[in-house]
Amino acid sequence: MRKPEQELADIKSMMERSTRFLSLSGLSGVMAGIYALIGSGMAWYWIEGPETLGLASALDHRALMNRLLILALVVLLLALVTGYIFSQKKSQKTANKFWSSAGKRFMSALFIPVLAGGLFSFALLHESYFNLIPATTLIFYGLGLINASHFTISELKNLGLIQLMIGLIAGFFPEIGIYCWAAGFGMAHIIYGAMMYYKYDR
Amino acid sequence: MKGNYDKAFENVVRLRVMSILMVNEQVDFNTFKELLDVTDGNLATHLRNLEKQVYIQVEKSFVGRKPQTNYSATKSGKDAFQAHLDFLENLIKENKT
Repeated sequence: MRKPEQELADIKSMMERSTRFLSLSGLSGVMAGIYALIGSGMAWYWIEGPETLGLASALDHRALMNRLLILALVVLLLALVTGYIFSQKKSQKTANKFWSSAGKRFMSALFIPVLAGGLFSFALLHESYFNLIPATTLIFYGLGLINASHFTISELKNLGLIQLMIGLIAGFFPEIGIYCWAAGFGMAHIIYGAMMYYKYDR
Repeated sequence: MKGNYDKAFENVVRLRVMSILMVNEQVDFNTFKELLDVTDGNLATHLRNLEKQVYIQVEKSFVGRKPQTNYSATKSGKDAFQAHLDFLENLIKENKT
């Protein structure tokens, strides 16, 4: 018989491998954060950059909104593609199956709240409640992360709570919405991603 | 001493199969194969062994045209595994004192 400690460790690792999506790469978090920072920097420049006062007034409101929307979608797409590539690489390295049933559960736990939040943001856009959009995206994203943390490393819950908190702040102080957006999607992602990279990926 | 050392879980493949079924409602043959990295024959033997003891139950179905075999843990299988876990935990505790 093997040592009982070994036996229990084996059981635990099997339970985790079969239920948790462990291919999420820390580096993809860092990259997503960098994209978000660049994106919010550009948005800030368009909205209230020092010498763009001309631009903001030259562009009418609709045109500015369209630009911001396209920017947000490009950032989101880049982050998703990077996340996909890095995670697939990691799953090859660790010989975990990428598209496992645990992976599917993780995706649906994350993306149902996130998709709902995205659509709700379009509703806000449609009804011209622009200043609530940063709060909405952050809150729904935070809830999605907390939900998805059951199916991956449990630390993801902390990132979710941070996003949720920043989102609520953005809700009460919509005038600093864009800074909250940069802090949540940008800084929090970079810090969390780097921590996870050093803890699990190296 | 609490718990019971179960001979059925002496083999590492059977132990792992049961661990997986404790936390997953239903698992199919191919998923086991990927998670455990064993050959078809080896896995089938161990699954049949667990089935004979009524620790797991088998459900065959078709997904499109492909046959799929799903496995799930029975009540007695879960109880036996829990007793086996208790035994291991107690063993560790006793070794410490």
